[in-house]
Amino acid sequence: MRPILIRGGRVIDPSRGGDGIADLLLEGDRVSAVGRNIGEPDGAVVIDAAGMVVAPGFIDLHTHLREPGQEDLETMASGAMAAAAGGFSAVCAMPNTDPVTDNQAAVGFIVGQAQRAGKARVHPIGAISVGQKGQQLAEFGELVGAGAVAVSDDGKPVMSSHLMRTALEYARTFGIPVADHCEDMTLAQGGAMHEGLVSTRLGLKGIPSAAEEIMVARDIILAELTGGHVHLCHMSTRGSVELIRRAKEKGIRVTAEACPHHFSLTHEACEGYNTNAKMNPPLREAEDRAAVREGLRDGTIDVIATDHAPHHYDAKEREFDDAPNGIIGLETALGLAVTELVDGGILTLPEMIDRMSTTPARIFNLPGGTFATGAAGDVVVFDPAVEWEVRPEDFFSKSRNTPFRGRRLRGRAEVTIVRGEVVFDRAKGAPNGARR
Amino acid sequence: MTIRTELLDERAIARALVRMASEIVERCRGTEDLVLVGIQRRGVELAYRIKRLIDKVEHGNIPCGKLDITLYRDDLQTIGPRPVVGETRLPELDDKTVVIVDDVLYTGRTVRAALDECADFGRPRRVLLCVLVDRGGRELPIQADIIGTSVSTTEADRVDVFVSELDGRDVVELVRGAE
Amino acid sequence: MTPALGKDLVGLEPLSADQIRLLLDTAEPFKEVSERTIKKVPALRGKTIVNLFFEASTRTRISFEFAEKRLSADTVNVAASGSSVSKGETLVDTAKNLEAMRIDMVVIRHGSSGAAQFLGQRIASNVINAGDGKHEHPTQALLDLLTLRDRFGRIEGLKVAICGDVLHSRVARSNIWGLTKLGAEVGVCGPPTLLPRNIRDLGVTILPRIEDAIQWADALNILRLQLERMQSGFIPSLREYNRVFGVTSERLARAPKDLLILHPGPMNRGVEIDSDVADGPHSVILPQVTNGVAVRMAVLYLLAGGMPGPGQAAGGEER
Repeated sequence: MRPILIRGGRVIDPSRGGDGIADLLLEGDRVSAVGRNIGEPDGAVVIDAAGMVVAPGFIDLHTHLREPGQEDLETMASGAMAAAAGGFSAVCAMPNTDPVTDNQAAVGFIVGQAQRAGKARVHPIGAISVGQKGQQLAEFGELVGAGAVAVSDDGKPVMSSHLMRTALEYARTFGIPVADHCEDMTLAQGGAMHEGLVSTRLGLKGIPSAAEEIMVARDIILAELTGGHVHLCHMSTRGSVELIRRAKEKGIRVTAEACPHHFSLTHEACEGYNTNAKMNPPLREAEDRAAVREGLRDGTIDVIATDHAPHHYDAKEREFDDAPNGIIGLETALGLAVTELVDGGILTLPEMIDRMSTTPARIFNLPGGTFATGAAGDVVVFDPAVEWEVRPEDFFSKSRNTPFRGRRLRGRAEVTIVRGEVVFDRAKGAPNGARR
Repeated sequence: MTIRTELLDERAIARALVRMASEIVERCRGTEDLVLVGIQRRGVELAYRIKRLIDKVEHGNIPCGKLDITLYRDDLQTIGPRPVVGETRLPELDDKTVVIVDDVLYTGRTVRAALDECADFGRPRRVLLCVLVDRGGRELPIQADIIGTSVSTTEADRVDVFVSELDGRDVVELVRGAE
Repeated sequence: MTPALGKDLVGLEPLSADQIRLLLDTAEPFKEVSERTIKKVPALRGKTIVNLFFEASTRTRISFEFAEKRLSADTVNVAASGSSVSKGETLVDTAKNLEAMRIDMVVIRHGSSGAAQFLGQRIASNVINAGDGKHEHPTQALLDLLTLRDRFGRIEGLKVAICGDVLHSRVARSNIWGLTKLGAEVGVCGPPTLLPRNIRDLGVTILPRIEDAIQWADALNILRLQLERMQSGFIPSLREYNRVFGVTSERLARAPKDLLILHPGPMNRGVEIDSDVADGPHSVILPQVTNGVAVRMAVLYLLAGGMPGPGQAAGGEER
């Protein structure tokens, strides 16, 4: 395996506060050195990163890879490739596949498929309950032993407070977070979008912000009760952000993520019954979007996660009520973060990288997120200034369901390196030679 | 360039209507079973004027109705800038001698539509057509029985009829090269 | 000149006041057609119209059918069942099949909000919304407006209270749009569980109790309590609803003016409206039905006619 020398880029390492023009050397599958004018070792691959930003590879704590069960929407291979193209060196795969990742063999399958794909790392997330049915606790020990990094019933909430409490307590044994999809089903049931003026005008049943906030409050209280680590998925409302802020002030072990669509769009994107704006939790009001952005700024919301949810165009090409929830996000996340948050004056570039790499690694205890010597050789080289148009046909993901078609964004990954090997190089196009 | 010529002034129109009224009575051999039906919009005004002339001479009160043919046109696409359909109100038509009154006879399509519509209301014994101006240019085999005046025109021309009830003045004008 | 209505009638929200007035004015001569012995004009002769009803509705479907037949169109009724998911053929496929059969117009009633617009965007035929989910029911609102105009001579300045399950009602939404655009004052009255939280943002007043509505309004539009739409209990019982919100003759007797009573039908007698009110002198429920056919004829006629022809001078019409 050849060493890789990345030369002359702006190297940003939020874990150690580093930010300056420097060279980065990877040897084996590790970070070997960061500094100025590093000598080129024999046989090294040299990457000219002038004008680029060199950061620890992004880590997505919330992705849906659809394999096993719905390989026509996405596979481990296509998803890992899409992740790499988006600058992600690692993703965490949610367990709501078919069958559900609720046992050792299923976790092992994901690990094996990811290795075969050889692109971004895929860390499996195991289910909280068997079959995600919300009744019986899954075997956390077995899941972790096979490689799971967290547990979640995402796709669904854990409606039973007793089950959530038990999960938080039991997960402490293995030091893993319990990630919850916060939604009170009795309030949300049948809802297709945010309950507000737009839903009233369109005649669609709405999901009130309260449906999310009630569960956020409950999870925080249970985290306090049990001393466990609860990770709150895809936060979307100002009430949720406020609850998390208070909880952190009290020192409760809660972490939270927000998705690019929740810091970019509002429920107005649903006008005209646009099913590509339908997801759960739904797009909310402008004040909610502002609160999410502020939450990312002051650290109340720890990380940016994509909730990448592939769907077939056929499935989205139907009446709004019947269309499935979710949009893809791996290949637009960086562009949206730069355009909306950095250009929007909410985050600096180092802060953005922190939310997308350093902090995800830290809170889920994953390799990467840092350029300390000996750290995992996961790097993203991205152009923070290049303007590009979102064309879903060019995506590496198998699916095309995004509301950002035609949008011009700034910021795009150029080279992604995982375990010291280049897994994505935009200049060279796709593995099969096609230019993207 | 368009050239506007006056075909009939106010007095000429009045004289023509008097003659047409008496022709109608003559052709129908009296006013028994006689019904006038004016085509919206100016045909209606002319029909009422003719009715008053006939009533005065014959000391009677002949029935007079109004017909809007918009819904019977054979060209749904050219509804026109004011697509609102006017009023249709007809007296009994069965077994009557119906005289359809219109201002201008040109292609004949309006009269064809009027005949179809009348047929939906009843079965006249006989139908006659009375027009103020016959400008030629028939596209259907339709003829007027009582005519105010005839003029030869081309496709590029237009005949404008103005009646005081709607337009504030009585005049018939020929506009050459109107397109 | 009133701008053309476009290809489809999806709702009243996108229309201007002028366009709504055009529809009402065009309905007038069609009222007369329904009074003739031969209730037919050849205006839409040769046009094929499909009534695509995904929800059972005898009343609206028959009204449209009469409207179509009285315009001499050829009509076909398709009773499709349920949503794409349950019936197996997607709405997209249904739409494409209809287009392949060269249908001129489709009248669609569907359980999902947005279905009419969805269809209209995918086929070239005219699409008329006969009720989509909870979104709009434009022809119902138009006939309500026509009925109000018949009685009061105007819409502007009228006070109309819409009473009942506004949350789930497409009739309510279309009426709110039509009435506010034509300058009426709109109030809504019902239990808070059945009023959308943001309803005031649409320009309507909330009247907390039915007595308030009766005091305030010139006309009441009483909505059917939609049992089939309530996914869970928004009210404890029908009996309680009638006792607290029902329009009864005792309550009506205390009205300061001669209140007009409208109802889109079908009625739940003894629930939202008492029989003696429905059959009483203030009720215009049957004239609503008559106007319904005329309004639907006007809609079909104006949409089928497409763009008005190039401007034609007065007196210069084809003879």
